[in-house]
Amino acid sequence: MKKSVFLGALTVAGLAAGAAAAGTLDDVKARGTLNCGVSTGLAGFSTPDANGEWQGFDVAVCRAVAAAVLDDPMAVEFVPTTGQTRFTALASGEIDLLARNTTWTFSRDNDLKFEFVGVNYYDGQGFMAPRELGVSSAKDLDGATVCIQTGTTTELNLADFFRSNNISYEPVPIETNAEAQQQYLAGACDVYTTDASGLAATRATFENPGDHVLLPEIISKEPLGPLVRHGDNEWGDIARWTLNALIAAEELGITSANIEELSAGTDNPEINRLLGTEGELGAMIGLDSDWAKRAIMAGGNYGELFEKNIGESTPIGLARGLNAQWTDGGLIYAPPFR
Amino acid sequence: MTTLTDPPKDRFRFSQLIYDTRYRSITIQVVALVLIVAALTWLVNNTVENLEESGKTFSFAFLGQPAGYDINQMLIEYDNQMSHGRAALVGILNTLLVAFLGCVAATIIGVFVGVLRLSKNWVISRLMAVYVEGFRNIPLLLWIVLIFAFLSEGLPQPRDFRGEDPAASMSVFDSVAITGRGTYIPRVGFTNSLSGNEAVAPQEGMPPLASGLVDWLVIIGVVIASIIAMRYVSARANRIQQATGERPNTLWPNVAIFFVPLGIVLLLLGATISQPYLRGFNFTEGIFLRNSLIALWLALSLYTGAFIAEIVRAGILAVSKGQSEAAFALGLRPNRTMNLVILPQAMRVIVPPLISQYLNLTKNSSLAIAVGYMDVRATLGGITINQTGRELEGMLLLGGFYLSLSLIISAVMNYYNNRTKLMER
Repeated sequence: MKKSVFLGALTVAGLAAGAAAAGTLDDVKARGTLNCGVSTGLAGFSTPDANGEWQGFDVAVCRAVAAAVLDDPMAVEFVPTTGQTRFTALASGEIDLLARNTTWTFSRDNDLKFEFVGVNYYDGQGFMAPRELGVSSAKDLDGATVCIQTGTTTELNLADFFRSNNISYEPVPIETNAEAQQQYLAGACDVYTTDASGLAATRATFENPGDHVLLPEIISKEPLGPLVRHGDNEWGDIARWTLNALIAAEELGITSANIEELSAGTDNPEINRLLGTEGELGAMIGLDSDWAKRAIMAGGNYGELFEKNIGESTPIGLARGLNAQWTDGGLIYAPPFR
Repeated sequence: MTTLTDPPKDRFRFSQLIYDTRYRSITIQVVALVLIVAALTWLVNNTVENLEESGKTFSFAFLGQPAGYDINQMLIEYDNQMSHGRAALVGILNTLLVAFLGCVAATIIGVFVGVLRLSKNWVISRLMAVYVEGFRNIPLLLWIVLIFAFLSEGLPQPRDFRGEDPAASMSVFDSVAITGRGTYIPRVGFTNSLSGNEAVAPQEGMPPLASGLVDWLVIIGVVIASIIAMRYVSARANRIQQATGERPNTLWPNVAIFFVPLGIVLLLLGATISQPYLRGFNFTEGIFLRNSLIALWLALSLYTGAFIAEIVRAGILAVSKGQSEAAFALGLRPNRTMNLVILPQAMRVIVPPLISQYLNLTKNSSLAIAVGYMDVRATLGGITINQTGRELEGMLLLGGFYLSLSLIISAVMNYYNNRTKLMER
């Protein structure tokens, strides 16, 4: 009798815990901070600066979500994750949002039970080799030793690429970008392969970036974006539309410089809806009407974030390319705020 | 009329469950059992519920799906189109390899250091003490990373061997290349291989060991047959010696029995030594001992060797001093005293704690990921879990593997211990 009561109580407790886990928004609000998974350090995307504050393009997504939900872009607890630990960290609830240059794939979306909320960087896998090696194409790499981060899609693409070109290679599995950099510079591998943006970011931190070349081949599609757990659609919507708000803001010409002025009210109804002076969009996703304004003010719109963190004026020097707005011939496109 | 009545019959009261020593132990056991069952039920229930909530099913079907990733060190044939199960097997063999090499090396180091630490030579015993304390008191992971960093940063890379005036050159008559990626040593190849391929080089995509497996089995078979024949010759010599007092010469027959058949087999198989040489980006041919393996092996054996040294020292000190005094009195030299009198007795004290050191070393080999050694933790417990999202199943399999491996090791060692322990009559 006693035992069954005890078990019953446990079951109820378990169910209550299960129900609580579904409401990530409530959890985040109650906690007062957003737990955001980022990489262990990739210049331009997520890396701590000299003051120990996290900076970067992926970090900006975390800050925007925190600003929208908690009204404080600094209320983020950053959790550094490796290629191998990131999914477990998200699935177990250790983090609420994973913004760690993670490729959107079918199996991650469905088999791993995650929800990609969009794409913040369209990327592809490339190779970096020392200039003195004299390699001009990835197809010349027969027999090369290749440094590769384990637990990534690049690991699988690499196997496919060498297989389809019928050439051999020796993989050197590595846990983090920093270790890969150290091994590559020590010469323990001939080439380093990862997302092209990651290669550019890594090369920018080298003493002599000019001694290393990026090979012309891009061997895969790597749409990188933030993701959340399956099953909590409200939370997924908040992350998705925060990212869309940053993108739409660029398209609509809303910048951190003019946002105060525009939020007083404009002639453009879409700007008004986005900034909350018109309509009830905020209430529809369980936030107040200023949510998008705060998200944009956290660091600027998508274009500003790009230029500040990884754009051509930074040491990383990435061109917008595919990541230009659709109006400029790129793929970056936000659904209408209506 | 008698006044005798039956003694008052004790009615069972519930308070007796706690206050009566006859029942108390049963009560405690029942309560403990209920608590344990409840905790287990809760754990299983919680797991099932959470799995259901995240929409995952519990299934091992992922082991049959194509793995899609490559593994650098493989003792059996493997490519990225084979299954996750096969990848796990490759990892298991890599774990077994480093654990075996580690246990052997750690034992040798441990015995030597343990004996030398008791040396009367002050310098040697102090040096050994420094080694033991240094390795025992610094975390293993640091040693693994440190040794790996020394190897990969300190040694020349294959590209340094290239050119007219190379910065580095091969050692041991140009047959061994020690590089920052690993060490290439010569390999025996077979031009008339029994497996059919008349290649000196290993088949494309096949590990060198597997491509000549049949040939190696034949060679090992011949060597074992020769050893049996040699023992027969010695036994015959013993018989003749006991009968006649004169021992026939066994040296030359034995040498002939060992080397002639082996030479004939090697000649028939067309054994050649293929030396590593530089081709393209790396050395090719020969056997490639990756630095990840060397670093892990060295670190594991040096670290565990320090513990084993202390165990050996304790075992030797446990043998009473009278034993060595008696041996000296019989005229045995210190060397033979150690080998014939002290160590055999010390073994009885040494073996039981030695088992736990072997188990520790085997389980510590899962730190391999720190240097990118592809053991079972890195394949099944790392990449496979990451690609398929089967954390629970993967970790259960991994736990099951380490558990059974440890149980097998301790079973073997316990068998040995039972054989060598003091038989009391």
